[in-house]
Amino acid sequence: MEISPVLEAFIKILIVVLIILLPAVTFLGVWLERKLSAWIQNRIGPNRLGPYGLFQMFADIPKLFFKEDIVPAAANKFVHSLGPMISLTIAFSTFAVMPFGDTLPIVINGVTHNIKLQIADVNIALLYVLALSSLAVYGITLSGWSSNNKYSLLGGIRSSAQMISYELSLGLSIIGIVMLNNSLQLDEIVKAQGGYYLFGVLPNWNIFVQPIGFVTFVVAMFAETNRLPFDLPEAEPELVAGYHTEYTGMKFGMFMLSEYLAMFFAASMISTLYLGGWQVPYIEYLGLSPFAVSLLQVGAFFTKFVLIVVFFMVVRWSMPRFRYDQLMNLGWKVMLPLSLLNIALTGLFILKPILTWFN
Amino acid sequence: MNDEKNLQKSEVIRLKDLSFLQKAYVFEILKGMYTAISQIFKPKFTIQYPEVKIEHAASFRGRPVLVEENGTERCVACGLCSRVCPALAIEVQAGSTELAKERYPEKFEINMTRCIFCGFCEEVCPEEAIIMSSEYELAFSSQAESIFGKDKLLKSAEEMKPRLEFLRKNR
Repeated sequence: MEISPVLEAFIKILIVVLIILLPAVTFLGVWLERKLSAWIQNRIGPNRLGPYGLFQMFADIPKLFFKEDIVPAAANKFVHSLGPMISLTIAFSTFAVMPFGDTLPIVINGVTHNIKLQIADVNIALLYVLALSSLAVYGITLSGWSSNNKYSLLGGIRSSAQMISYELSLGLSIIGIVMLNNSLQLDEIVKAQGGYYLFGVLPNWNIFVQPIGFVTFVVAMFAETNRLPFDLPEAEPELVAGYHTEYTGMKFGMFMLSEYLAMFFAASMISTLYLGGWQVPYIEYLGLSPFAVSLLQVGAFFTKFVLIVVFFMVVRWSMPRFRYDQLMNLGWKVMLPLSLLNIALTGLFILKPILTWFN
Repeated sequence: MNDEKNLQKSEVIRLKDLSFLQKAYVFEILKGMYTAISQIFKPKFTIQYPEVKIEHAASFRGRPVLVEENGTERCVACGLCSRVCPALAIEVQAGSTELAKERYPEKFEINMTRCIFCGFCEEVCPEEAIIMSSEYELAFSSQAESIFGKDKLLKSAEEMKPRLEFLRKNR
């Protein structure tokens, strides 16, 4: 019995959205974010609903659904409701190419089906991801403009300027990896991180191979997700709430959701590109069955994912917001030269293979 | 000349002796994150209010109460509290009694929706009869409930002992 590819993709989409993304948004986004900020500020945080307040999202999310949807009288109504839709669609569709694990061997009627734990194994996945993440600026800028509010407009403009500046170093820092792997396929990039590096001690993850690229990529990702050191588009003390000042109810909820999804996208991209994705180092010495190995690898991916999300949240409470000129200085005078340097160094190492001495 | 000085003043002041590691920023961020993470394990300041309540000091000004001693109130219905009350919350009606103090309040009502907890009534009272208690949970479901008569106001002197001692010491 052969499963039709369309049905298989559909089932995978359902599994990814219902079992991975929604719980991630509700538990990590709503619960962990609030709980962690509370702990860092010596508070307790939500603890009324369920054990340790774990069911807080059942209070938060229905509340957003039942709120009145207000559209300002002077707003451009079509674009005003288009903005959150663009943001959310793009935030969800970036997960289509994310490799959550290697193939999972499932035996049905004695026939082994190798199911790829990835919705679509696109061979230009990196390009697709970069294209979508740069489209995300439209959701923010259009909603900022269409609200007909000065704060919203300023937030939208800031966001577009910030995204354009950091898009460059984001793309350039990935180029080092592309040069090493000769591939834009995310699955290939993860597979290439399987071996060992430096006399077989360190796993061959790109964080050790490309440390400069890692730093520039992480900083650029922070800027792309509009999270705290770079949250100029929605700076509360300056712009009320920035681009979503004029949004209420679920339209605001869609912005919140897409912001969290952008953070999860950033986390899974960092773990896929630089932290070895689903690779578990030294697993081949344990001698496990392929099924168990596959499950362990999925677990490893999500462990890395959650740790990076926690890292994002801790950074939020340990750094002040950049000033606008500091943001531009960092983007153009530091990040861009650093990522160019990374490309030059990678090219040098490929031409004169010094790194192969260590392997 | 003056302008030049002002311009020099408005220049950005930066520490000149930053080391390279400090300028590189990444390590400073890690230091900041260490500070943030170390806060997680420190004791929390939150008090779980409905379950845990604070023991207030005697100086706390909660709702005003009438002190009851030997079965009657200390109040002699002089009306000073009602005179001094800035929110006009207190209403006193005097009556005569067979006891040595001759006067007692027939009716003593405090409108708790008007009371501002200033403590003037306590300060002005010559008999130490009206004092501020440490009660602060005052929710009503109707206007009529918010008017506290003698039934709700009277508290025995033993119960109010900390506040009475505090007043004797600090007045």
